[in-house]
Amino acid sequence: MTINELERTATQVRRDIIRMVHGCQSGHPGGSLGATDIVTALYFDQMDIDPARFRMDGDGEDMFFLSNGHISPMLYSIMARRGYFPVSELATFRRLGTRLQGHPTPMEGLPGIRIASGSLGQGLSVAVGAAQAKRLNGDKHLVFVLMGDGEQEEGQIWEAAMYAPAKGVDNLVAIIDYNKKQIDGSTDDVMNLGDLRAKYESFGWNVIEVSGNNMQAVVNTLKFVRENAFQGKPQLILAHTVMGKGVDFMENNHKWHGSAPNDEQAASALSQLEETLGDY
Amino acid sequence: MDFTIQNQKDTRSGFGEGLLEAGRRNPKVVAFCADLTPSVKMGDFAKEFPERFFQTGIAEANMIDMAAGMALSGFVPFTGTFAAFSTGRVYDQIRQCVAYSNKNVKIAASHAGVTLGEDGATHQILEDIGLMKMLPNMTVVVPCDFNQTKNATIAAAEYDGPVYLRFGRPKVPNFTPVDEKFVIGKAQLLQEGTDVTIFACGHLVWKAVLALPILKMMGINAELINIHTIKPLDVEAVLKSVRKTCCVVTAEEHQRNGGLGDSIAQVLALHQPCPMEMVAIDDVFGQSGTPDELLKFFHLDTPDIVEAVKKVVARKQ
Repeated sequence: MTINELERTATQVRRDIIRMVHGCQSGHPGGSLGATDIVTALYFDQMDIDPARFRMDGDGEDMFFLSNGHISPMLYSIMARRGYFPVSELATFRRLGTRLQGHPTPMEGLPGIRIASGSLGQGLSVAVGAAQAKRLNGDKHLVFVLMGDGEQEEGQIWEAAMYAPAKGVDNLVAIIDYNKKQIDGSTDDVMNLGDLRAKYESFGWNVIEVSGNNMQAVVNTLKFVRENAFQGKPQLILAHTVMGKGVDFMENNHKWHGSAPNDEQAASALSQLEETLGDY
Repeated sequence: MDFTIQNQKDTRSGFGEGLLEAGRRNPKVVAFCADLTPSVKMGDFAKEFPERFFQTGIAEANMIDMAAGMALSGFVPFTGTFAAFSTGRVYDQIRQCVAYSNKNVKIAASHAGVTLGEDGATHQILEDIGLMKMLPNMTVVVPCDFNQTKNATIAAAEYDGPVYLRFGRPKVPNFTPVDEKFVIGKAQLLQEGTDVTIFACGHLVWKAVLALPILKMMGINAELINIHTIKPLDVEAVLKSVRKTCCVVTAEEHQRNGGLGDSIAQVLALHQPCPMEMVAIDDVFGQSGTPDELLKFFHLDTPDIVEAVKKVVARKQ
């Protein structure tokens, strides 16, 4: 896909996010909007995947895990737009009986979801396990995992962060959605994360920083990590993003971490996001 | 059942042999251990299958979720550490990524109960059966001796779905048949009787076996059933026995709250109300001591089972 096509896809994903969260009056729009570009680039351009024939084992393809499961609207929209399930199903988000649960789960049979997430700090470990399975199978594909920055406060992250370089898990690419916001405020105020780059590097990771809402930069970075895989070390992309990206009144405002827009706010948000692929 | 003691062996060693055998039968069996390889007897597996053994260091949460991630690709991961660190410490990881996600992870939990001994209450988990049985999708297996633990481990590897496998530290009488096929969810009738049913699990099964001749001398003909699978509970076997004996004693190395007795009581209350006594830990933590001292101190020994039987038989009359 061209950069322009990816950007137009991301814009539609952002519309979907607003409409889904507005539709059920719950969910997490802020982080979803911020992480849209990097996950769009993964699913529509950079991952070797086969949405039409989803397999739980992920053998012979790249795998993606969403550790910060609360930004599920972003993932659901991208998966639907990519062909994992009908786009019309996005309208069922968070409604009784839906496969699109508030937080992702394989239990409702939604194609594309391999494990539950929502309770934070676990996705990196799951991804390390999946990456090791690929190594045992001689499968030369990559495992990607997206985490939140606030999520770095969970102790388990650092168990996995220590394990992966120690065991040379070099088919693993972790991504931190570094928007510097969490529910209670800025990460600096809630729990100063310090120098995340230095922390991961000292644990033995190769760390690449990227402007996470610049599609060209994101694509270049994803190409870079693929070229640099299988060299003995896991890789971390520190993706500098803007919470609420694309909707002016949501940008950089932690209040939109987990609140739904009202009718007026949703209309305002949608007026800023072109309908590029057709709404669901 | 022949109650001849073949030898004295620890159930954890039964797990170790079972894991090795499961690994030989299925190349997809893998093992994770959080720095307790000799204690939980994973050393033979690690030696024979080094590429399938993952030393996680002292990081149990990471271990559980890595196992779940590896299970995605059709591997059959066993995680190994003490029962205390296999359950309470990692409850959320098990809940989200193993039980709710229904991944084929086998949680091998050693050193359960007070018979862990001198290390004391921090390590003597007595709540793990309850924690695990409450989780949807989770199967809970508590074998009674070395042979049964080995066979249960092989069965767990062949079973598709999350399994919690609980075993212990001390050497105890090994009496079940060497190669008896372990059927998950199928209660084991050890002694037929008519006056009372004793339902026991784990180390307390042998303590109940020792109670049988004592009861017989008192004129009480007891039925003994080994509930090696707490969940799914063999409700049919429980009811069949209780409809005959009309009174029940349960015996387990676990809290009353949430344990085997609790599961049996639920069946009785719903289907077949009758007098019942529980031999179990009564809402306290353990403490340091030898396994034998502790079983006596916490009233989990043969005389306690005998007393409970006398009491419940009297209540029936």
